[in-house]
Amino acid sequence: MTTTPPPLVDIQNLVKHYPGRPPVRAVDGVSLTIAAGQTLGLVGESGSGKSTVGRTVLRLQEPTSGRVLFDGEDVFALATGPLRALRRRMQIVFQDPYSSLNPRMTVARTLREPLEIHRLAPPAQMEARVTALLEEVGLDPAFAGRYPHELSGGQRQRVGIARALSVEPRFIVCDEPVSALDVSVQAQVLNLLADLQKKRSLTYLFIAHDLAVVRHIADHVAVMYLGRIVERAPAAAIYAAPRHPYTRALLSAVPEPNPRAARARIVLSGDMPSPAHPPAGCPFHPRCPHPKKNDRCRTETPALRVTGEGPAHLAACHFAEEPM
Amino acid sequence: MTEPLLRVRDLKTYFVTEHGRGTARAVDGVSFELHAGETLGIVGESGCGKTVTSLSILRLIPEPPGHIRPGSVIEFEGRNLLALAPPDLRAIRGNQIAMVFQEPMTSLNPVFTIGDQIAEAAIIHQGLSRKAARARAIEMLTLVGIPDPAERVDHYPHQLSGGMRQRVMIAMALVCHPKVLIADEPTTALDVTIQAQILELLERLQAELGMAVLLITHDLGVVAGQADRVIVMYAGQVVETAPTTVLFDGPLHPYTEGLMAAVPRIDAPKSRLQAIPGQVPAATAWPSGCRFHPRCPHAWTKCKIEEPPLLGTGDHTARCWLVLEPARRKPTPAT
Repeated sequence: MTTTPPPLVDIQNLVKHYPGRPPVRAVDGVSLTIAAGQTLGLVGESGSGKSTVGRTVLRLQEPTSGRVLFDGEDVFALATGPLRALRRRMQIVFQDPYSSLNPRMTVARTLREPLEIHRLAPPAQMEARVTALLEEVGLDPAFAGRYPHELSGGQRQRVGIARALSVEPRFIVCDEPVSALDVSVQAQVLNLLADLQKKRSLTYLFIAHDLAVVRHIADHVAVMYLGRIVERAPAAAIYAAPRHPYTRALLSAVPEPNPRAARARIVLSGDMPSPAHPPAGCPFHPRCPHPKKNDRCRTETPALRVTGEGPAHLAACHFAEEPM
Repeated sequence: MTEPLLRVRDLKTYFVTEHGRGTARAVDGVSFELHAGETLGIVGESGCGKTVTSLSILRLIPEPPGHIRPGSVIEFEGRNLLALAPPDLRAIRGNQIAMVFQEPMTSLNPVFTIGDQIAEAAIIHQGLSRKAARARAIEMLTLVGIPDPAERVDHYPHQLSGGMRQRVMIAMALVCHPKVLIADEPTTALDVTIQAQILELLERLQAELGMAVLLITHDLGVVAGQADRVIVMYAGQVVETAPTTVLFDGPLHPYTEGLMAAVPRIDAPKSRLQAIPGQVPAATAWPSGCRFHPRCPHAWTKCKIEEPPLLGTGDHTARCWLVLEPARRKPTPAT
């Protein structure tokens, strides 16, 4: 085994609670690392806390506690000036290409703004930079003069990606970047993200609810449930041999475009509980279909631990090794 | 061959666009049949006309700006729904043909209890008393798997989760035991584990109640798991139709092939996704000839000029000249 380089992004025990009585425990102790040039897929259903992790890592929201090191720098300790400089290196692409672009700005102005703020190009070179960015994301430079409403969903998402790329970041949080797109366009944008990663050595935190989409882009996958990581593993391992009952259920529930596939759908009962009232013990226990489930699950929160599938495969289940 | 329950023939639903500058031919000559007890899937991307097709069946298209063109036929048990007077149509809508929409939050009325909303159709269509209708509502909530139905019947939509609201929508649609259920993206707004619950529920209810289901979805996975037959729509037209296994085993239309290759899979070796270049054209300006030709890897001159009809044999047809000239098919590029 080769020695692993230090991670570019190191998330340590991140907590984000929203005030309330009781507080909403959106993120409840998440630790993750992402090596430079790699993609970590962060998967979960609505309300799992996955988007809150993405926004808090970039400090678009202040954390309740925890630490994030970006290339060794403590993101939450930075003052405004250094934080702004850091933002050049960390960017985000949002889910909704309709609401994340300013409808009053042309594509060119949207792309020029970050260049001007960070003083990355003299005025004389602006136009050339915008043209190069548009070409890089596969858009005709003629799009520069258009407004968002004149673009399709896929084209808008390309503009969102170009905007993130404009400041030449090393790290991009992709928050459900293809969820709003049709399947043929989704494939275009996923391929574009993969190509850009290779060309620019980008590091991605790829947040999605769709396990099939994540499989196509991620090197590692972490699964979230009620603010916690319940499983984390190299992508190949998690799809071949999921350990946590929630991951197993999620994978079995993905509808496969194959009518001949033998279906062994694990249908979970009930809904995800509110993060304001997480269940005691294992947060998944009320919905858990594991045959070994017992009183321990109701009282003792399982730690995220190595499950015997190699040192990188972790799961937070007392019975991760038992068959289901 | 038994008579179909629902027969749609040459349906054309057009919309006059905002400034009167053009006509959007959203649905442009769609024909299909739905037989008792079967599930027919209509699959396609945004803007292909699948939702407008389903709304046209129940005449829920706002007029203006929309209108169903003369010559279109929608027959339910032999009666042309397009020729019915409003009271006759109302006797069918919500009673014999019911609909479940994608967005359970906006499709439920926030100021009425879910019990009142489920009971409404039973009171209107079946003349049940308030008391009997309430009992029926509780029965329906039990049927769709809502816990504590006698208590939940008095709850308002905002007190329910997304999955529970979709169960309520299904209870509302099924309260009169319709012969046809039109389900328009019934699980699209739901998380995958909740989607699995709702799909299983629909399957169980269809088996118990014996209704026919018209399942409209963008998700090839959902179609593969639920439908007996599939219609693929593109640019306002049916471009391919076949029994589900036949379609997935060997799609004929390059658009269907493209869609299948674009879906990320968890059950196949990881490889680069095959994207379909370009995008769905605007309904005000469908391309000449075959409407897919600008995005088709196989297109030749004829495709740009002459619009293909549905070609093929038996129950598998495709709107593509390749069916007649298979030698024109280009080999798939190696990846």
